[in-house]
Amino acid sequence: MSTLAERAVARTPRRLALRFGGMSDRAIAWLFITPSVLLLLAVNIFPLLWTIQLSFTNYRANRPNAVLRYVGLDNYRDILTDPEVWQAMQATAHFVLWSIALELILGFGLALLINRGFRGHSFWTTIILLPMMLSPAVVGNFWTFLLQPQIGLFNSGIALVTGVDPSSFQMIGDVRLAPWSIIMVDTWMWTPYVMLICLAGLRSIPDYIYEAAEVDRASPLRQFWSITLPMVMPFVMLAILFRAIENFKMFDMVNLLTSGGPGSTTEVASITLKREAFEKWRTGYSSALAIILFVTVFGAANIYVKALNRVKQR
Amino acid sequence: MIQMVRALGATAIVVASCLGSQAVAQTKQLTLCWAAWDPANALVELSKDFTAKSGVQMKYEFVPWTSYADRFLNELNSKGKLCDLIIGDSQWIGGAAENGHYVKLNDFFAKEKISMDDFMPATVVGYSQWPKNTPNYWALPAMGDAIGWTYRKDWFARPEIQAEFRKKYERDLSPPQTWDELKQIAEFFQGREIDGKKVYGAYIYTERGSEGITMGVTNALYDWGFQYDDPKKPYQMEGFVNSPDAVKGLEFYKSLYKCCTAPGMSNAYMSEGLDAFKSGQVAMQMNFFAFFPGLYKDPNVGGDKIGFFVNPKQKFHFTQLGGQGISVVSYSDHKDDALAYIKWFAQPDVQKKWWALGGYSCHKAVLNDPSFPKSAPFAADFLKSMDIVKDFWAEPAYASLLLDMQKRVHDYVVADKGTAKEALDLLVKDWQKVFKDEGKI
Repeated sequence: MSTLAERAVARTPRRLALRFGGMSDRAIAWLFITPSVLLLLAVNIFPLLWTIQLSFTNYRANRPNAVLRYVGLDNYRDILTDPEVWQAMQATAHFVLWSIALELILGFGLALLINRGFRGHSFWTTIILLPMMLSPAVVGNFWTFLLQPQIGLFNSGIALVTGVDPSSFQMIGDVRLAPWSIIMVDTWMWTPYVMLICLAGLRSIPDYIYEAAEVDRASPLRQFWSITLPMVMPFVMLAILFRAIENFKMFDMVNLLTSGGPGSTTEVASITLKREAFEKWRTGYSSALAIILFVTVFGAANIYVKALNRVKQR
Repeated sequence: MIQMVRALGATAIVVASCLGSQAVAQTKQLTLCWAAWDPANALVELSKDFTAKSGVQMKYEFVPWTSYADRFLNELNSKGKLCDLIIGDSQWIGGAAENGHYVKLNDFFAKEKISMDDFMPATVVGYSQWPKNTPNYWALPAMGDAIGWTYRKDWFARPEIQAEFRKKYERDLSPPQTWDELKQIAEFFQGREIDGKKVYGAYIYTERGSEGITMGVTNALYDWGFQYDDPKKPYQMEGFVNSPDAVKGLEFYKSLYKCCTAPGMSNAYMSEGLDAFKSGQVAMQMNFFAFFPGLYKDPNVGGDKIGFFVNPKQKFHFTQLGGQGISVVSYSDHKDDALAYIKWFAQPDVQKKWWALGGYSCHKAVLNDPSFPKSAPFAADFLKSMDIVKDFWAEPAYASLLLDMQKRVHDYVVADKGTAKEALDLLVKDWQKVFKDEGKI
């Protein structure tokens, strides 16, 4: 009886077999992965190295003819001692932490609900998933209208419930409410995504574990704490990782909703970066800022992935 | 066989000549880049004459105002060939000249006998010259513009409103001459019910992302005494940008924003102003003259219902310059055709038609014509405004200077951060840093 490999060799056209005949497996493997490696080098590694190099210069992309001067760590020092940058980092941290917390609570809750398989749950799942299928640009634009104090449905809704004048408060124009507005819109858009990941986790738990727990007379709460939560935890942590990375670099939705305002209240790090890079054209400075942001996300993600692996091994 | 070869040869010649002529036709095309707004439509109409005369087809790249600077400055900085002609903002002139984006037009003007003396002086300085007030020309003044105001003439004329206003302020309700008067009128209308609808006093610029709040606040700042630097010592800003008068001007703008604007106008620029006025929401609107022909034609608020006035005065009388010059992009492959367009556009007859179609000519043949002030209800105010214009920095680093001002002013006016004095002090520091980086101080 011939092996699968022998059968595959037997079926390989003679011309192709001859062409690769003289090559080792390792050579063939390299032949196949080289285009991908070259592409990755060209679009990922080279720009990264180039950005690192630029971050030590005073280069401005709108002054290509100006003399390029190496400034050492000056750009990094300027960024790390700039209170405006720290303010942007604070705004980013506030946005990331609160949006993830809310998305997690709501997403997990929805996943538990959908997992119960009530009548029409497929229909409701589709409805719940709709926001995440929209473009952030579209979401930013239509929420701008929804949050408009005079004609916006949001203010009218609040007015209906509380009895206040709908135009007496403004969500995106008020320093206290604007940060919560972007958190609210992000939560609305991305809770379904967290729900999907949690649902995958819930569906991966074998039924016999719950059956065994029932035999042991474990209460539903006990089952949740001892079975559901630990077994879904790797999925939850994965959802947190994905959302944290995405929200750390969030730009489009915030830019459309508030443009970083009022004042600089919602100026998250990506908006600062865009302004420095493509409006002020401080390419060297913005490269340093981009590297700092990259290292922050990359470092945090690495630590997090190690923690995730530890949870999975438990 | 010979016949067949001949037929094939003839076919080849015909095909080749067709392809050849197509190639020639393809080169006879110019792309003009500008903002997407009413005057751009007028220019499309006007340029049909150029195509008819020269055979050069015109293609347009019009971008909304909020992304206009981003889009075209990226294009210029990357030495793109998209635009052959560009109608670039007045503040770009320094950077575009020093970075070689625009073709210098002095030799061309001399050769074609195009004289800058034929254009209104403020527009020549504002749109064409770099360095300012030197005979170095990088653009032809194309679209004159400045900040002006519209008001609801029909509301102002109502006897009951007139009577109430007179009783309250002991003067007639009429277009304001000073900022104090404007605020008084705005307060009077704020929250008032007219025709069963709640209305608001004034619409002013507050936009954060691009240039909005700067283009708005400067109208008040200039009138209180704000100056960019010491007229005797360039780039000496301390005591000029943050002078006590400038502080008062900034405080005034904030008080106007707080007392008399519609809810939700915390990030509003040109289009939001137009929407607010067209929907009958505000009694007075700050906006660029470029929009006034369209507003005058508006079926709901135009015609007899709309009036216009010049930016009010206070200690001084200025208004913010808008508008643009037309330049030839130095990376274009069609520079000769682009120059031919500018030569055509500079002709007095073409300029007259430009004004008639809704563009704002800067040519003296149009503006000095005795019939001009009465040629449109806003024409006289436009003329007055162009005599009192003042522009933002046009330095190569203008974008950094603008973003700093956007931040400091928005922080104070909209986000209630700090005092006016602190905002302007910080602005001086920001600008000093920019000019230090530029090697100018």
